Amino acid sequence: MFTIVKREEMAGGKVILNEIQAPLIAEKARPGQFLILKSHEDGERIPLTMADTNPLKGTVTVIYMVVGASTRLFSRLCVGDAYQDVIGPLGQPTHIEPGRNVVCVGGGTGVAVLHPIARAMKEADCRVTSIIGARNRGMLILEDGMRRASHALHVCTDDGSYGRKGFVTEVLKEMLVAGGVEQVVAIGPVPMMQFVSRMTREFGVPTMVSLNPIMIDGTGMCGGCRVTVGGEVRFGCVDGPEFDGHQVDFDGLMLRQRAYAEQERISHEGCRCPGGC
Amino acid sequence: MAAARQAPREAMPEQDPAARAGNFLEVPQGYTEEQAVQEASRCLQCKQPACVRGCPVGVDIPGFVGLLARGRFDTAIERIWERNSLPAVCGRVCPQESQCEGQCVLGRKGQPVAIGNLERFAADWERAHNACGTPARAAHTGRRVAVVGSGPSSLTVAGDLVRKGHDVTLFEAFHKPGGVLVYGIPEFRLPKAIVAAEVACMQAQGVRLECDVVVGRTLTVDELFGMGFDAVYLGVGAGLPRFMDIPGESLNGVLSANEYLTRANLMRAYLFPKVDTPIPRGRKVAVLGGGNVAMDCARTAVRLGAERVTLVYRRSRDEMPARGAEIHHAEEEGVRFELLASPVRYLGDAQGTLAGLECQRMELGEPDATGRRRPVPVEGSAFTVECDLAIVAIGSGANPLLPRATPDLPLDRRGYILAHDHTGKTGKRGVWAGGDIVTGAATVILAMGAGRKAADSIHDYLVCGW
Repeated sequence: MFTIVKREEMAGGKVILNEIQAPLIAEKARPGQFLILKSHEDGERIPLTMADTNPLKGTVTVIYMVVGASTRLFSRLCVGDAYQDVIGPLGQPTHIEPGRNVVCVGGGTGVAVLHPIARAMKEADCRVTSIIGARNRGMLILEDGMRRASHALHVCTDDGSYGRKGFVTEVLKEMLVAGGVEQVVAIGPVPMMQFVSRMTREFGVPTMVSLNPIMIDGTGMCGGCRVTVGGEVRFGCVDGPEFDGHQVDFDGLMLRQRAYAEQERISHEGCRCPGGC
Repeated sequence: MAAARQAPREAMPEQDPAARAGNFLEVPQGYTEEQAVQEASRCLQCKQPACVRGCPVGVDIPGFVGLLARGRFDTAIERIWERNSLPAVCGRVCPQESQCEGQCVLGRKGQPVAIGNLERFAADWERAHNACGTPARAAHTGRRVAVVGSGPSSLTVAGDLVRKGHDVTLFEAFHKPGGVLVYGIPEFRLPKAIVAAEVACMQAQGVRLECDVVVGRTLTVDELFGMGFDAVYLGVGAGLPRFMDIPGESLNGVLSANEYLTRANLMRAYLFPKVDTPIPRGRKVAVLGGGNVAMDCARTAVRLGAERVTLVYRRSRDEMPARGAEIHHAEEEGVRFELLASPVRYLGDAQGTLAGLECQRMELGEPDATGRRRPVPVEGSAFTVECDLAIVAIGSGANPLLPRATPDLPLDRRGYILAHDHTGKTGKRGVWAGGDIVTGAATVILAMGAGRKAADSIHDYLVCGW
């Protein structure tokens, strides 16, 4: 059983943290890898990149925004409840080159995925500068964790309610202009990763992005997660989820993310609400 | 008896095409007891039965058919079980016309005995009457076998080895056991309750089942040995879907057959929104390919309410790899065949959604390596199949996931696992492999045949050594 041992609400309940008992996965998982979760018999298989693992406790942690019918069902699970299925660790772990000067850029719930990567890079003697952003102060997550995982942290909000007003890319640009950045890691909404990648390409700085395409099995079988990288079709689940941001066809990715928009709307409207919502 | 032998083959009762196009219930409905006895009585009981030679697992066909003819339904199934642990499945999905029934001497002048229908009858009768309990099990040997995957070859290995007294654990990557029987073959061809019953029967015999474990990710093959397993069988299936590699492939509305069928079958998305997984319901659907998987996709699309389903195949009907019965069923249900046509590119609208499939006419040239005549493009023959959903069913390649995590496992140049023809032994000590991950996409019964040979070899190893 994949029992939830800890549950936290973030961003005013819009973002949920679940720490889940999954000893086999916890032992094996590396930063950058993802899980597939399914809450009940007729549930959907949802891919989520891990936010943390604890091999000693045998737990894995996911942090997700409540956006559709399935994540809403997930959000109703309490401590002591269990996911019916948790599968992983899937995908390739983050490739970390020790001792580099790295800028980690995170937006929205992407910060949750970025956190273990930044921490692992710091542990690998990288110089880690992080920039995290959110729409407003209430939506910002994991500020303390990111501060510990980085040598320096910059916070931005779109509306200026906390930290610097503006987008993460503005801070990034200043750093790129100042020079010395050897690698950028960008994880967040697709448009953010696209902007970051466009900008770093101008400066010739290698950039890694982590994608979260639609998929079913997560083991290379369905091909639903295919994404064009450098003109070639790659599978997010077995080749990714991390790719060279300068090579990814983000426009194609965004179109594919909308493949089930209509069905998602139906699910959302028909979402069963036993507790009333 | 002579009169019975000249009688025509008993037709299989089937759901009416118009009715079944609107539901996912099984199409053939099975023989009645009277029909089964009547059909079984047509068997000549040959002294040297050709049918058995046509069976990849060597079922004693005259033996069980003879028992059915005498009304001995309970012993008939026991006779099948001696060689085949999944008769309810094989009776439904085996290509009998090119195996047992293809060899039947009655087929030379008339119609062969309906061996598949009879096998199905025996298995269904046993399940309905719960007549036989479970097959006998040998004394415990204390040896442990890990079987990776739970499709037809893995289930055969598990069933054979548990009966020989070994301790067997199945590791399945999905949340449900059965492999291709569950995610690939649609409900209307193979009801999932039957697969569940076969797996439950194995668990009753002592086989352990671990779902949600991806060997190659969650655990490695070497870790399985570290956990105390003495032998490992790899029956993980082929996996990686092949695409045409033509322009427009990433448009929304272009799906692999694997994705389409997994949504429909494993996730039961045809019940959406009662279940949570959606499936695209095309109005005009194009299916690319001519095999059984293509037929399954086309027939699923019909049931999901498509106005028009067009199957696009680059050779002619004679070269189609699908079973005759599947082609026939698809046609009955209104699937249109666009033969000697090859897709050139997908056409999309401004929103990145599929709007059509541009094809090119083909004609047949000289035979290729497979002996089938090679299709050659006809210049200036482009035409468009209007569609808002295209399902690519042109086969699959080897999934790299497990091999990548097992660097000392020798592969062939296409990435499939190298395994000995007669034993299934791989180049890694204590590891066997069989089914589609060795041969590339093939049939359920061939995978089971490979499983049978590997099980015999694993048993020898556990008793005598590598």
